[in-house]
Amino acid sequence: MTSVTPAARPARTPPLAEPSGWHEIHLTVNGEPVTAQVESRLLLSDFLRDRLRLTGTHVGCEHGVCGACTVLVDGTPVRSCLTLAVQCEGAELRTVEGLARPDAPLTPVQEAFHTCHGMQCGFCTPGFLMTATALTEQDERPDDTEVADALSGHLCRCTGYRGIRRALGRALDETYETATDSQHPQHSQQDSRQGE
Amino acid sequence: MPAPWIGRPVPRVEDDRLLRGNGRYVDDIELPGAAEAAVLRSPHAHARVESVDVTAALEAPGVLAVWTGADVAHLAPLLNKEELRTPPRLAELLDPRVATTPMPLLATDKVLYVGQPVAIVFADSRYLAEDALELVDVRYAPLPVLVDPDRALADDAPLLHEDLPDNTAVAVAAQVGDPAAAFAAAHTVISEEFQAHRYVASPIETRAVAARVDPYSGDLTVWSNTQTPHRVRESIATTLGLDAESVRVIATDVGGGFGQKGILYVEEMLIPYAAGKLGRPVVWREDRGENLTAASHAREQIHRIELAADADGRLLAVRDRITVNFGAYNMTGLVVPYNSLCHLLGPYRIPNVDIDVLGVLTNTAFATPYRGAGRPETVFAMERAMDRLAAQLGLEPAELRARNLIGPDDMPYTTGLVDRSGNPQSYDSGDFPELLRRARAKVDTTRREPREGKHIGVGYAMYIEATGLGPFETARIDIAPSGRVKLAIGAPSQGQGHRTSMAQIAADALGVPLDVIDVVGGDTSATPFGVGTIASRALVNAGNATHRAGRLVREKALDAAARRLSVPAAELTLTEGVFTTKEPDGPTLTLAELAGRAPLPDTPEPTDGRYGTELSETVHFRPPGFAVASGAHAAVVEVDEHTGELEILQYVVVHDAGVIVNPLIAEGQVTGGIAQGIGGALYEEMIYGPDGQPRTGTYMDYLVPTSSEIPDLDMDEIHSPSPMNDLGVKGLGEGGAIAPQAVLANAVEDALRPFGVVVRRGPLSPSRIRDLLRTAPATH
Repeated sequence: MTSVTPAARPARTPPLAEPSGWHEIHLTVNGEPVTAQVESRLLLSDFLRDRLRLTGTHVGCEHGVCGACTVLVDGTPVRSCLTLAVQCEGAELRTVEGLARPDAPLTPVQEAFHTCHGMQCGFCTPGFLMTATALTEQDERPDDTEVADALSGHLCRCTGYRGIRRALGRALDETYETATDSQHPQHSQQDSRQGE
Repeated sequence: MPAPWIGRPVPRVEDDRLLRGNGRYVDDIELPGAAEAAVLRSPHAHARVESVDVTAALEAPGVLAVWTGADVAHLAPLLNKEELRTPPRLAELLDPRVATTPMPLLATDKVLYVGQPVAIVFADSRYLAEDALELVDVRYAPLPVLVDPDRALADDAPLLHEDLPDNTAVAVAAQVGDPAAAFAAAHTVISEEFQAHRYVASPIETRAVAARVDPYSGDLTVWSNTQTPHRVRESIATTLGLDAESVRVIATDVGGGFGQKGILYVEEMLIPYAAGKLGRPVVWREDRGENLTAASHAREQIHRIELAADADGRLLAVRDRITVNFGAYNMTGLVVPYNSLCHLLGPYRIPNVDIDVLGVLTNTAFATPYRGAGRPETVFAMERAMDRLAAQLGLEPAELRARNLIGPDDMPYTTGLVDRSGNPQSYDSGDFPELLRRARAKVDTTRREPREGKHIGVGYAMYIEATGLGPFETARIDIAPSGRVKLAIGAPSQGQGHRTSMAQIAADALGVPLDVIDVVGGDTSATPFGVGTIASRALVNAGNATHRAGRLVREKALDAAARRLSVPAAELTLTEGVFTTKEPDGPTLTLAELAGRAPLPDTPEPTDGRYGTELSETVHFRPPGFAVASGAHAAVVEVDEHTGELEILQYVVVHDAGVIVNPLIAEGQVTGGIAQGIGGALYEEMIYGPDGQPRTGTYMDYLVPTSSEIPDLDMDEIHSPSPMNDLGVKGLGEGGAIAPQAVLANAVEDALRPFGVVVRRGPLSPSRIRDLLRTAPATH
């Protein structure tokens, strides 16, 4: 079954009387190649949301503190509100829409946020999910300090973080305890999940 | 019979969509051709607007329109009539003064706070709109600035609103017994001044509004991340001169509200107006700087409080002079001040009471209800005063509390005050001694060995919360032809999980599986009336409306099924969506078979004349009184005397919210509330300079706690069902946020007892703790 991913849709370039320069960028978003004309000053968050209509990436503060807009750029969590779209030439991006395909079950990280009530309004959730996903894709299980550091890059105003910490703990347990001799446990899971 | 859904920790049905990035928050809604708006805000705290020149802005690329105050001066200014209304009985008994300060949609002659909307630009994109904002040329003539509410009350203070006699927004007072005599005869009297500092709700999704006029029907659709969509609808209709029915307000996914989105804002009027005027959809989303400085603020109060007690520590009287900093406009009238007044006594028996509250207008952003809405402030004052009294009497603070608690046998307990509706204030149920007993049993000060330069302290605080504010909430249930159940309620969700908890209530009331129920909250086209999700009221009001509507539809369905099956209705039951008779092999009928009968050629004429079963009911639940929730919190902290650093070693919460519908959601609500309370207690403060300039306008300065700052909680609960509603439920959305400021202040003061420190305000940042130590009597 072929699933149409949102990123496969052509990026729309609005007919703007834009005062800054325009650039053509080529990148991969959730596994799909994307070519687009973007203004020099266009933020990655706005590019994803307004041009690709990938609105799962949320903008909470526009100054790099709240972490809601976090996406993975070449596997690393990045604030898309502090990144220009033009900086992503040749990059491989993953957003929350790319975690579980529309017709696939939730990933273990997503499932853990559901089971452990690691979310309420859901607005900050995509950012947490991307950082948590990166933590499950390391060679080795991150230690408590690394986990605490990663979590402290995100603000949640609803949960008091209790459910989020539980969810992340559960996702890490599942990921690294089920790992046997594979060096990249989550990578191999990810590959099989994303295989068409 | 399957086990009831109420009481089960059902994982939320709303999660899957949100986890996949398919949430639909206002800014996610696709509106082809939409213009984007940006608001120009006053950089002055108080100034005359001498001129506004938009010529250059209008010529900027992509700009569609630029409006100033003059362009919208013909529209009625903003006035939240529902929130400013004084209930007739309260008016009769206490004769409170409530000044109305209508807010122009865009400032005309004067600006009253930094952040007040002065002009609005509409352009092809937000980028272009913000470019043009910089080209709007406004000339201001600065006026004297009032930030301090005491100063604003001085006789020579300049007036914010020149049509008012002074800067008083509200004034209300209440007495019980003979407080003067009680103070005169008391063994011990303490007199203190405590300040609740200003902090803000700060939902991670900022405010947003989108609007479109439908070219086919001409109707106006507005998406707002409001907590009160019906009130927004009424206000838009009034402002724009439309029938309420031709305005549809939808609160889709909302990224947290906490009260900040529970009032009316000028942008909610401007954006719909623009959609009509510009002939294209319009979208506006606030940025974080706007949210911090110009969306509603909260909490700033001064309490000049006195307690009188006998030699055993029994409370004889309380006197409190409360000043509430309202900011520049009176947006919500008595809500916060009166909450402070009628929650001051908390769980304690106090026979003589003298409370006076003044709301004062200043050149700061307007202050409105935020999670707790006057209760965290008043609990801070009362619970700090209790600790000062305990110190004076040489009693353990927890012991002093225990001696003064109202007991379970006293319920329902009448305080002698009148509640917010103007009725005699009554606590419907609860067991305050048990809350405290459990909290004390949990407190463990031995978790850390004493260390040089570090001091361990324990703090307690207790509160009550009158929840389930009326006047009503609406629920409508329809059984669709497919057999699915459509439940619409007037109260939208901002993360509280109504799609799950309300479905649990409906499933039990109807006798259907949970997964056939679809819940819509906050679409004005789905229920004729509604109030909203504020004041810990949704579960009590919408929950009980849902329960009643469900029972009524169930009766109708049983009648219809009985006729269809030709059996007496009394012999039928509806369980899991299937009608069965008492006999094991009797006839059965599903809800879908009952509801799905269409008038097709081969359908026999029904004996009752009905095809679809018309299984619908709309119920407006009107609570007879408040469902009073309660709680006891305690904390063990360690304070470093050299750095002022504070570590929470243990945080204990024991709460009582009556019957719990979904324990998973309930725990999340309590935990989230406590995290916001800890934020306010230790980190968050919206600071103004004397010039009225906000100094904490970014997340770099305004410190919302992260996971690292919020400890794991030691939680327990008791359940005293409310006799005020069929379900026995009480609200718990706000409870967690009420006590932490008091608990942590009490714990810090206890830890620093060797220095004789008195904590009179927060947040207890390292620098404030160091200040306390530097100025403490024992340090000199």
